[in-house]
Amino acid sequence: MPTITYVSSDGTKSTVDATVGDSVMSTAVKTNVSGIDADCGGACACATCHVYVDAAWLGRLGEISELEKGMLDFANNTRANSRLSCQIAITDALEGLVVTIPASQR
Amino acid sequence: MNFMEAPSARKHGVVIVGAGQAGASCAANLRQAGFPGPISLIGEEVAAPYQRPPLSKAWLLGKCTDESIQWKPTSFYAQQDIDLFLGARVERLDRKARCVVLTDGREFPYDHLVIATGARARRMAWVAHAATRLHELRTSLDATRFKASLRPGSTVLIIGAGYIGLEAAASARALGAEVTVIEREPRVLARVACRALSDYFEGHHRRHGVSFLFNRSVCSIDMESNGVHRVKIDGGEQLHADTVLVGVGAVPNQELADTAGLECQDGILVDERACTSDKDIYAIGDCTRRPISLYGQRWRLESVPNALEQAKQAAAAICGGPLPAEEVPWFWSDQYDTKLQIAGLPIQVARLVVRGDAAEGRFAVFHLNDRQQVQAVEAVNAAPEFLMGRRLIAARCTVNVERLCNSKISMKEVAV
Repeated sequence: MPTITYVSSDGTKSTVDATVGDSVMSTAVKTNVSGIDADCGGACACATCHVYVDAAWLGRLGEISELEKGMLDFANNTRANSRLSCQIAITDALEGLVVTIPASQR
Repeated sequence: MNFMEAPSARKHGVVIVGAGQAGASCAANLRQAGFPGPISLIGEEVAAPYQRPPLSKAWLLGKCTDESIQWKPTSFYAQQDIDLFLGARVERLDRKARCVVLTDGREFPYDHLVIATGARARRMAWVAHAATRLHELRTSLDATRFKASLRPGSTVLIIGAGYIGLEAAASARALGAEVTVIEREPRVLARVACRALSDYFEGHHRRHGVSFLFNRSVCSIDMESNGVHRVKIDGGEQLHADTVLVGVGAVPNQELADTAGLECQDGILVDERACTSDKDIYAIGDCTRRPISLYGQRWRLESVPNALEQAKQAAAAICGGPLPAEEVPWFWSDQYDTKLQIAGLPIQVARLVVRGDAAEGRFAVFHLNDRQQVQAVEAVNAAPEFLMGRRLIAARCTVNVERLCNSKISMKEVAV
């Protein structure tokens, strides 16, 4: 069971157990980590599950889809390491993943 | 957070009636904000809180399961000290005693009450829905029953070409059923979208083999001895179908509030803090009519984003915290491979501007007012137009129409 650490914009860390097959978004929602709104529940429709992925992990995530890329180009406060957490599926290879949650999803 | 009174003075805590996404989110938001008192979450359905949007889409297609649409794992409620009461129906609200009473007689006294009773499927008064085993699509039980009726080659008649009807049509086609949609208006999504969008979606559904009957109403439905439905429509035509799904809108579940004397007007009236006409009672989600300051009017929004926003408002108000910033209303729908995203409300619209090409399956329609500000955007497979449109709406930006029409110019460069 991989663990994932969510860092909030004020630096607070929450480390939670995740289930392989869930997404980084749904894991946050299920464990009540605040700051990931996920309005659309994972349909890649809203860009309210935006996170910054720690550099060490970027290369280990899957390809980014055109749809997600299109969303990220126009989401707020994006950076080179931005991803939509609903599009990151959890695998054993992501043990220890660290993501930072932006101050606002809007 | 600033709790106005010591927990000892307000010992009953928060009672939330309705365990859909609005009510369940409010409970979670209260704990996120550090609310220390008891929280009771009372739901009529037997299932623990789950997400409804997938029921007409991914869930029907088997792309997700009952478990994956669960809103939280079962352990969540105990971990967060949220008392979950399922299969429990609230009979009445006693504002004087500050208490809700269940049909089984149990009483839940409250310091703050949150009404999150949602909406129910509208029924056709002149048709015996139960006797003729008509389907509707609101709950996981509805969806389970509907799915069980679909099989390759079976005939499905869908009454109503709104979101539910069209999403169900797309899913039923994907499962091999023969689908006809009957609609009272002359086009699909007539109540919620512009003509260009209706034309696109009608064409898309027809390409996938769906038949449409427009400008027609259902007069009566009977069930023949072999279980097949005989549907009479105005003009004397008669149709037969193995399965009939009714998707003709939703009615807010406001009776609990209305009977207790709270102000209602096709929805429980609330303010920008989700507070009703009783200062200790909040209402959130599909059952409410709420102010939207961007448009200067009250609106009844049936959407998950609205439910989540109002859940945050109520939690903030109860905890004495700052209210969240008002959001631009938005909606989405998935049909076949098409993603529709709508932001804003199409009111006070002076002109429509189309960006992109419907023939290519990627376009957006911008609704502008007479000051060239974006009031609403309808985006088909066009995430940048949706996201940037939502920001333009929130910022009340004036746009340059020539640049907006030209899809070679980035959406980042259309504001004046």
